[in-house]
Amino acid sequence: MSRRLPTGGVIDRNRTVTFRFNGREYSGHPGDTMASALLAAGVDLVGRSFKYHRPRGLYAAGLEEPNGLVTLGAGASARPNLKLTEIELADGMEAHSVNCAPSPEWDWRSVNQLAGPLLGAGFYYKTFKWPHWHLFEGPIRNAAGLGEAPTGPDPDRYQHRRAHCDVLVIGGGMSGLAAAREAALQGRDVILAETDFVLGGSALWRGDTDTCRAIEHELRAMGNVRILTRTCVFGAYEHGMFAAVEHCLDGTYAERLWLIRAGKTVLATGAIERPMVFADNDRPGVMLASAVHAYVVRFGVLPGQRVVLATNNSSVWPVAEVLRDAGAEVTIVDARSDPAEPPEGVALKAGTLVHRAKGRRRVKAVDLLSRSGASAGALDCDLLAVSGGWTPTAHLYSQMGGKLHYTADLAAFVPQQDDGQISLVGAAAGEWGDYNIDPIWEVPGPGKKFVDLANDVTAQDIAIAAREDYRSVEHLKRYTTLGMGIDQGRTSNVNGLAIMGEHTQRAPGEVGTTRFRPPYSPVTLGTLAGPDSGMTFAPIRYLPAYGWHLEQGALMEEHGPWLRPAAYPRGGEDWQTAAQSEAIHARTGAALFDGSPLGKIEVCGPDAGAFLDRFYVGTASSLKPGRARYGLMLDEHGIIMDDGVFVRIDEQRFLVHTTSGGADRIAAHLEEWHQCEWPDLDVAILPVTNQWAVMTVSGPEARNIVHQLDTDIDLTDFKHMQWREGTIAGLPTRILRASFTGEASYEINVPASHASTLAEKILTLGARPIGIEALMILRTEKGYLHVGVDTDGTTQPQDVGMAGPLKRKTSDFVGRRSLLREDGRRADRLQLVGLNSGDAFLNVGAQVLAPEGQVPGPTDGHVTSSYFSPTLRRPIALALVRAGQARLGEEIELYDMGKRLRATITSPVALDPKGDRLNA
Amino acid sequence: MLSIPCPHCGLRDEDEFVWGGEAHLVRPRLDCSAEEWAQYLFYRDNPKGIAFERWHHRFGCGQWFNLVRNTATHTIEMSYLIDAQRPDL
Repeated sequence: MSRRLPTGGVIDRNRTVTFRFNGREYSGHPGDTMASALLAAGVDLVGRSFKYHRPRGLYAAGLEEPNGLVTLGAGASARPNLKLTEIELADGMEAHSVNCAPSPEWDWRSVNQLAGPLLGAGFYYKTFKWPHWHLFEGPIRNAAGLGEAPTGPDPDRYQHRRAHCDVLVIGGGMSGLAAAREAALQGRDVILAETDFVLGGSALWRGDTDTCRAIEHELRAMGNVRILTRTCVFGAYEHGMFAAVEHCLDGTYAERLWLIRAGKTVLATGAIERPMVFADNDRPGVMLASAVHAYVVRFGVLPGQRVVLATNNSSVWPVAEVLRDAGAEVTIVDARSDPAEPPEGVALKAGTLVHRAKGRRRVKAVDLLSRSGASAGALDCDLLAVSGGWTPTAHLYSQMGGKLHYTADLAAFVPQQDDGQISLVGAAAGEWGDYNIDPIWEVPGPGKKFVDLANDVTAQDIAIAAREDYRSVEHLKRYTTLGMGIDQGRTSNVNGLAIMGEHTQRAPGEVGTTRFRPPYSPVTLGTLAGPDSGMTFAPIRYLPAYGWHLEQGALMEEHGPWLRPAAYPRGGEDWQTAAQSEAIHARTGAALFDGSPLGKIEVCGPDAGAFLDRFYVGTASSLKPGRARYGLMLDEHGIIMDDGVFVRIDEQRFLVHTTSGGADRIAAHLEEWHQCEWPDLDVAILPVTNQWAVMTVSGPEARNIVHQLDTDIDLTDFKHMQWREGTIAGLPTRILRASFTGEASYEINVPASHASTLAEKILTLGARPIGIEALMILRTEKGYLHVGVDTDGTTQPQDVGMAGPLKRKTSDFVGRRSLLREDGRRADRLQLVGLNSGDAFLNVGAQVLAPEGQVPGPTDGHVTSSYFSPTLRRPIALALVRAGQARLGEEIELYDMGKRLRATITSPVALDPKGDRLNA
Repeated sequence: MLSIPCPHCGLRDEDEFVWGGEAHLVRPRLDCSAEEWAQYLFYRDNPKGIAFERWHHRFGCGQWFNLVRNTATHTIEMSYLIDAQRPDL
């Protein structure tokens, strides 16, 4: 049965679009929302309610719709929880009601209605606790919530844009259009944002659309005005920053997130009508009077033939007139005892309340009640339009910290105008004239009287909250869920807090309202993420010789942002086997390791040495040019934050090496201390990590290979911890003799773009590429610590055997004073040691048991690094052990995943303790 | 999102900056008492109202500077160079 009127409406009747709703095909016109098209097609049921799964129909025509929630589209790009009233109808759309299975007509969870008395406010806190609440968590979570989020990767694209303007006008109704025009004529740069796809707001049904079109035309012709329709401003932030989401139709992006910095803001967000709170006020066919008005005039849809208009104010008079003109039979049921004369041809029952709506799947009649409490008969009807008064839409104003004041004349919370960065105009400011309201917050009598239709919160729930002393409006909200979720208090807030006021003998103004928070309307995660998803969320860093490594069969693994070779498996072997043979090769031949991500920071200037003395546990300024030294850096708490070898290139130039993960952090750390604490020191800090590729040749054969390179660098008497510069095959080259393997090593630096050339050259001279896994075996054999693996947020230099350099240095450096605290001098600190466990392998994380050996019980530390050493042919491990350095040779017990193991505490250095290989 | 006046670059959005804690802390000498060191390391004013802070224009000019911000209203009173004296406010 079509309810479309023969004429009228801001719709294009010459064109028809078809769409599917819950599996059935319907049609509408361009200019329709999916809601208006369904209403025109005679669809009464659009969903089931949140908790009780009661049948529900359309209740509103705008964003305040609480019932008509659908998932739009299917598969990975489906969007759940959209309101039918916000969907601009387009050909081929497909939507399904949420929160009902299989359909709104037949929904198996409607049995919840029978359990209604058990499901009141706070029911789960009181009911589901024996024997333990965890038992009920799963089923409740499954039953709760609305639409389902799609599971596949989102195929849609989203854009982020920033904009600046002198004046941001939010809301494109008559007031907003006028404000935008005024600002634009003064030469201001104006952005006008409107959620709807048509400008005009409520003027589209109760105003002068021709005037709207004329102003729109004028604005669109001005160069200093940007009009954003389909754009919902959902958040207000500091210093005039607003966030808005634009629904895009251009096909490139699904949505666009706008961050708009506005000099001044005009809120022209209008007002929202309130429900009336009587029994079964949620039945399909009960609708806000303003929604009925909009459906008749804007969309040319007459939602009912016999209409009862239940009101406590005079704003419904024009609604009665348009209904009458459209051919409906209209009766106004007015709570006020002495309202004005009704429009001609409209019946009026004054001093009367709707007591209860009757009819399950569609309202059929209403029971009436006189204000004195006596029954006043019944009226048959097929549409019940309600107006419980109006509420200015002040969410954004409240988000900004603006205060709302209860105005008894309007029975509404109205923003207090201020003359600063924000102004309110039109209905948002409570400027809708005298509407002679006599608020009836709750109609007396039994039954389910819904205050918040979206969350199934009833007047009874508010009574329970009052009885249990959740009287504060913030407690009320959280205990009953009033105004949460998709409602955001639009229709429910004022009725709810006023009813709370009646239970607690307080006026609405004394109860107050909650402070609103973003977002005003739901925003998808895809929109917030924008382009920062997938590969662009955390970009991967590739080695300059990435392709060359792949050619060598490298198995790549993520190390922080870097993708680095873990190992180079050969002939189908697994990476563990490959790492073992690579480690052996480094001890017997020559290994090639790509150390390019190693942090490299040049510190230059006359004070470079003095500057670095203030960071390293050791001394930098005494180092001779061409020499290198190992150093630890601490934070101001004395905790090891990084380590590495630093080089003195010349009198005024140092090269600081950091761990690969610390490259950016340490450069920022040095910069911060220079700028903030020691700006008087004449130094410059230049991060050069990306400029230089580092190919490290390591092993007994390393020296032979380096000597065969076509280099002008003097290699004679080139010792461990020395540095030389020159060229290889004409390329600028820097070679550092430093080692993380324990073998004689040459760290060869060339400009990054020549990494592959150098690597290939070294390969042809007989070196074998090794990955991180082999390097970790080699450095663990030598007891070289890996900061962040063998140290944690409590480790200080004396815990890792660096007490010596500390004693030799007298001057201050970052973190030094913290080492002198009592805690730093405790004898029972966790200290780095080696563990020999014979043939038993110790897992990283295995706990060192205290002498009493209790499990669970106190721990004396844990294993930090553990590998099988192919050279020693036994497992090796490093551990942080309580007072470990004083317990060398002691046998300890460890506990790991239900197993007890034994090990002997040793020096961290398991191989070549004298360093003969290093200096070879 | 705050709009922050970098003394070198002018007004920029907050997401270009990194907050660096309380400004004008005086780092004690190595021979200071444990109490002095604890004051410097751990104790902060955390006022409701006018706060003196360090900020870093990390994704801009890279410079550290001082900022006077009202923590209750988000009003920014002024910004000034990192090595300038603390203004009387």
